[in-house]
Order: sequence, then C-alpha cells, then structure tokens
Amino acid sequence: MSGFFKSSIGRKVAMALSAFFLMFFLLQHFAINMLSVFSPDTFNEVSHFMGTNPLVQFALQPVLIFGVVFHFIMGFILELKNKKANGVNYAKNNGAANSSWMSRNMIWSGVAILAFVVLHFIDFWFPEINTKFIQGDWSGTMDGVEGFRYYEELVHKFSNPARVVAYVIAFVFLALHLMHGFTSAFQSMGSTAGRKQTLQNIGKAYSIIIPLGFVVIALYHFFNH
Amino acid sequence: MNLTLKIWRQKDSSSKGQMVDYKVTDISEHMSFLEMMDVLNEQLVNTGEEPVAFDHDCREGICGMCSMYINGEAHGPDRGITTCQLHMRMFKDGDTITIEPFRAAAFPVIKDLVVDRTSFERIQQAGGFISVNTSGNTQDANSIPISKIAADEAMDAATCIGCGACVATCKNSSAMLFVGAKVSQYALLPQGRVEATERVQNMVAQMDLEGFGNCTNTGACEVECPKGISLDNIARMNRELMKASV
Repeated sequence: MSGFFKSSIGRKVAMALSAFFLMFFLLQHFAINMLSVFSPDTFNEVSHFMGTNPLVQFALQPVLIFGVVFHFIMGFILELKNKKANGVNYAKNNGAANSSWMSRNMIWSGVAILAFVVLHFIDFWFPEINTKFIQGDWSGTMDGVEGFRYYEELVHKFSNPARVVAYVIAFVFLALHLMHGFTSAFQSMGSTAGRKQTLQNIGKAYSIIIPLGFVVIALYHFFNH
Repeated sequence: MNLTLKIWRQKDSSSKGQMVDYKVTDISEHMSFLEMMDVLNEQLVNTGEEPVAFDHDCREGICGMCSMYINGEAHGPDRGITTCQLHMRMFKDGDTITIEPFRAAAFPVIKDLVVDRTSFERIQQAGGFISVNTSGNTQDANSIPISKIAADEAMDAATCIGCGACVATCKNSSAMLFVGAKVSQYALLPQGRVEATERVQNMVAQMDLEGFGNCTNTGACEVECPKGISLDNIARMNRELMKASV
C-alpha cells in the first residue's frame, strides 16, 4: 500500500481524499456560520461547543490542520513535478481550446486560498489559540459582552470593509477552485461514467452555493452592524 | 493561399532549437497539412536549404506517427483527427501558422518536429499484452461470452493509436489517457483479467519512471485525442490500481 501512495495515481488519490475531507469541513463550517445570520444565540452555543469539546479540539482539529497542510504541500509538490515533466514550453499554446481556465489554474486559485487561510488564521484561529491555550481562558466569555463572545467577535471582524473585500475575493477563488476540484476529486477516485453528469451538477451547485453563502454572511454582518 | 510558417528548427537532440519563419505560396485549400509541408520542403531543397524533418507514415489517420503542435493545439485546430487528416481549408489566406514538436520531457526532440516516443513503447512492453499460447491450440475467442457493453468499451479503448497528442496537450505532460486506454482495453475483457493486477502496476510504474507528469483532470487530452478516447479510461485505470494495491 505504501508503494501505491508513491505512484502518480496514488498521489492523485491522496489529493482527492484530503479534498473530500476539506469539502466536508467547509460544509459544516458554512452551516455553523449560517446560524450567525438566523440565530446569534444558537451560533454562540454551537461555537462554544466546537471550541471547547475535547474531541473537536484535540482529535478533529489536528486532523483538519494536517488535511489543510497536506493538500497545500502535495499540491505544490505535484505542480513542481509536472513543470519538470513539461520540458521546453510551447511558443504558442491554446489551452482555452480544450480545457477550462479553472482546471488549468488550480495552483493559482490554490495560492489565493492559501493567502486567505493565512489571513483567516490571523483573524480568528490564532486569537482563539492564544485565549484558550496560552491564557487558559476556556470560558467563552469576554468583558463587556453578555453571554458568549463568539458572535460579537464575528460582527466586529466584519465591520472592516477592507476585510470584507478580501474575504469576498478569496471566496471567488474558492468557487473557481471547487468548480474544477469537486468533480476532479471524484474522477481521481475512479468514479464511473454513469455518475458523471450527476456529479457535475452536484459539483456546480456546491461550488457556487457554499462560497456565495459565505459572501452573503460576511456582507450581512457588514451592512447590519 | 499564401502563408507564413513559424517552425521549430533543431539540428539534433543535443542542439538548441529556435523558431524560424518561412513563406509558402499558392497553397490549395484541398491539400492536407502534410502536403503543405511537402511543398515547403521541396522549396527548401530547391534553394539548397535543409528540409524540415517531421514524422509521418500512413497519412490516413491510423499509424499515429504525425505529431505536430499547430497553432497551440496537438494535430492543429480540428477535432478527432491526426495532422495528416488536417486540411488547409481550416486556415485563411495570409495566416501565420506556428508549428512546434510535441513537447514533454519524456518525448525528447530528435530533429526539428520529430520527437522520440519510445517511452510509450516501453510502457506497452511493461504490460500492454496478454500471455496466450499461440502454438495452434488457441481457443476460439468467440467461445468466451463477453457483454456487448464491455466489448464496445474495450474496442473504444483499443482505438488508441499511441500518437502522444494526450501528452503533448496536457499541461502536466501526463500520459494517463494513453496508459488508461491500454489498461482498460484488457481489463474489460476476460482474457485480460487474468494478468490485470500485474499489468496496471507495471504499466503505471513504467509511466512514472519515464518522467510523465501527474494528471489533474483538465480533460484537454480527451478533447485533442484523434480517436476520442474518453477520460473514463483514466478513472478505470485509477480503480484498477486501487484494486491491485489493496
């Protein structure tokens, strides 16, 4: 089996498996964030559960970080190997004649998403780690806020127009990445021809609805507060 | 029609190549692309210049020898054809046509537009066959029941002529459409199932060894393939390798 993951197809499968995990994560992240629009109290409750539950914090969170890091590093490794396999570049290459922009530029939409992940970690994840693991405050509360602090923090972050613009741009790249990535992951896993159209339809819906939903959440909090 | 050609010229595999401009006049729209190249070469020979080396053999879309990258596409701007089946009516008077060899580290240039595609042959030799006794006691193939669907899909995969357009057009120089077709052709039939495990493992290992890139499912190969080999063959190869590895 170790030989399998060293082969070109094994690496594709590994990329696809980490992609499935990240897409599932994105779905639950989207569902929880959507709560902030409809019910701030429920959003606070669920955020506190996710932020303090030992299974989430000490089992799922490390797996998620591994998944993110693996997907990025493997993506860069494969890109470098593929560049090496190219040899001399064409003087004229009409890529648009036979493939989509999204499929040819996964590395660039990926780099844009990586930049966003760094920004997102600085915005939310590092302060959260600092509060809980360095300061040792697991209460989920803060001075001047009644109840849990999570909704207040979210609203505060999205009051800055520069951040909202950066997030919207990042979600456009996420949508472009998913438009190819969703069906590509299934193809890498060897999905059969009969399921192709269904998967393409689900992929299109997923890659538009999820990023658009995140954009709507960001804009909702920007304009409502 | 009168045309300007920008052609990759390279003396041999160790020399550095470059694009060189040529003019050709009175080209008939009924000519094939290779006949147009013949006209250019006659012109070059008459003026004492070295003719442009390019691969060709059957000139009817079967042998898979012709291998040019024309105006940024493998086998030029038409679908389901090889370069010998490309006609000059696809171009207009006054056009500039860029002609390059198929590019991939695993397809090194031998001279001008001729590339070495023996890496494909080594992949075939690694497993693209079935071991049968041909001593005269061979069983009639029709005595083995095969579903119509499997027979059709195997035949579709077997139409691959190994031209290398999939590799040339792939942004990653991946050979997975070629290897996927060869693996599928046998995996779909009972005669091929016997050695299916070793076949997919050996062929993929040889493909990686030759330095082809990793498929990212852009689908460009399927569009440019002169025989319309489907991406489903790559998915089948992935399944076969997964099955063989567990």
